Amino acid sequence: MRKNQVAVVGAAETTELGVIPNASQLQLHADAALNAIADAGLKLSDIDGFATAVETPQQVCHYLGIKPTWVDGTSVGGCSFMLHVRHAAAAIEAGLCKTVLITHAESGKSMIGKLPRSTPPDSLNGQFEAPYGVYGPPSMFPIPVLRFMKTYGITHEQLASVAVVQREWAAKNPRAMMKEPITVADVLNSRMIAYPFRLLQCCLVTDGGGALILTSADRAKDFPRKPVYIMGTGESVETPMVSQMETFNSSRAFKTAGPLAFKEAGIAHKDVDHLMIYDAFAHLPLFGLGDLGFMPYEETGKFIADGNTRPGAKLPLNTNGGGLSYMHSGMYGMYALQESVRQMRGTAPAQVPNAKVSVCHGVGGMFAASGTIVFTNER
Amino acid sequence: MAEPQRARPKPTPETQHFWDGTKAGELRLQRCDACAHIYFPPRPFCPSCASRKVSVFKASGNGFLYSYVINHRPAAPGFTPPYAIAVVELDEGPRMMSNIIDCPQTPEALELDMKLEVAFEKLDDNITLPVFRPAKG
Repeated sequence: MRKNQVAVVGAAETTELGVIPNASQLQLHADAALNAIADAGLKLSDIDGFATAVETPQQVCHYLGIKPTWVDGTSVGGCSFMLHVRHAAAAIEAGLCKTVLITHAESGKSMIGKLPRSTPPDSLNGQFEAPYGVYGPPSMFPIPVLRFMKTYGITHEQLASVAVVQREWAAKNPRAMMKEPITVADVLNSRMIAYPFRLLQCCLVTDGGGALILTSADRAKDFPRKPVYIMGTGESVETPMVSQMETFNSSRAFKTAGPLAFKEAGIAHKDVDHLMIYDAFAHLPLFGLGDLGFMPYEETGKFIADGNTRPGAKLPLNTNGGGLSYMHSGMYGMYALQESVRQMRGTAPAQVPNAKVSVCHGVGGMFAASGTIVFTNER
Repeated sequence: MAEPQRARPKPTPETQHFWDGTKAGELRLQRCDACAHIYFPPRPFCPSCASRKVSVFKASGNGFLYSYVINHRPAAPGFTPPYAIAVVELDEGPRMMSNIIDCPQTPEALELDMKLEVAFEKLDDNITLPVFRPAKG
């Protein structure tokens, strides 16, 4: 795909984030969509392309009254929205539609109108993982981390520091769920969830949503907001079974999606001013830094523990506070994208001065899928 | 009220040989007749070269502890926390999720790379689960 041909011209989260007991999941989609439409200065009737995950496009389009000529229901977990951005950019370039709305919402905490997740007993996961006591992401997502730690000499303290640094970012963000400062000792003394991970190394469980509006870069200059260009994109999937990853020393999906996006954008790592790595659990930023080629895996833990990703440091990472401290409704990728867009617009609560290139890297399932978007505010 | 049960696998036509094997006290894997690739989970073709000529064989049942978590909460139905959810790498190459029996469920006792051997846990008349224990000797 050619770089900088498509831009984000509307971006918004739900009016509230956190605990929202007065709205269904479907209404949260609508709330985010209406906020994004207002942000872009558009009408619902201007939308001719639509993408969402978990909920079907027909469900959300009907609820909103949208009559699309292009839809994408790609649903590969929390990074689905990175894939939607990639697919929407291709569709706009191909002339299949002009203005795409992408929505996410999840009543992850209040569980109002939320579709049930189930693992059928005759699925491969149902036969070869469920019988061994996996029960939700905390029992599955951290399974690779002890091997990763042993291979690369990563310490428990370094993995705890991921949560500490992200709390520093969250403290600067009025909309973050958790803002109280924490220490490495606090993390290592918090309640055990699934060894080696404790409560503060696991993502929050919240309600919320977000929406993006994309159009061609040529049209983007006529919108009220500063356009944020899609500079590069990548995607891949590996396996729905965490036990069947090729290796626990890296993620094949990360290693495919990330470098694709860098290559398409034509950037090197030194060009990255701002970085988001979907942090459902504390090990994901370490996998991301290694798999995206920022540094050897051995250095990832020390890099974060030494403060290189904190406010004011050389590689600002997860600047909204991340899934660990900002919010995590279940499919966090949309919130990572929202923060990248805010940083490129220059409107983030913890703004990185003069940031021109933002890399936003997402995971779906337990390393099952991945999507990477490189944004820029310069065409 | 009956105690909540652990999740019960339900075989499909492609996996029936595996569950017939565990019932007979065998851990069965598949090998491609064309490229010799050994793979898991079961399917009637080779995921490496796409050949449909594949054979089922009895694996050694030996392997080592590749990685794990010790789950504290929330616990799955039928499990008493803390319990380890492990991934075992078999000597033949494939990895599989399992539980480690006859071993304290602690980080001290569960050493990565420790040698393991298969054991079989009968859940009911239809399903016997392969689990692993520290290898003897």
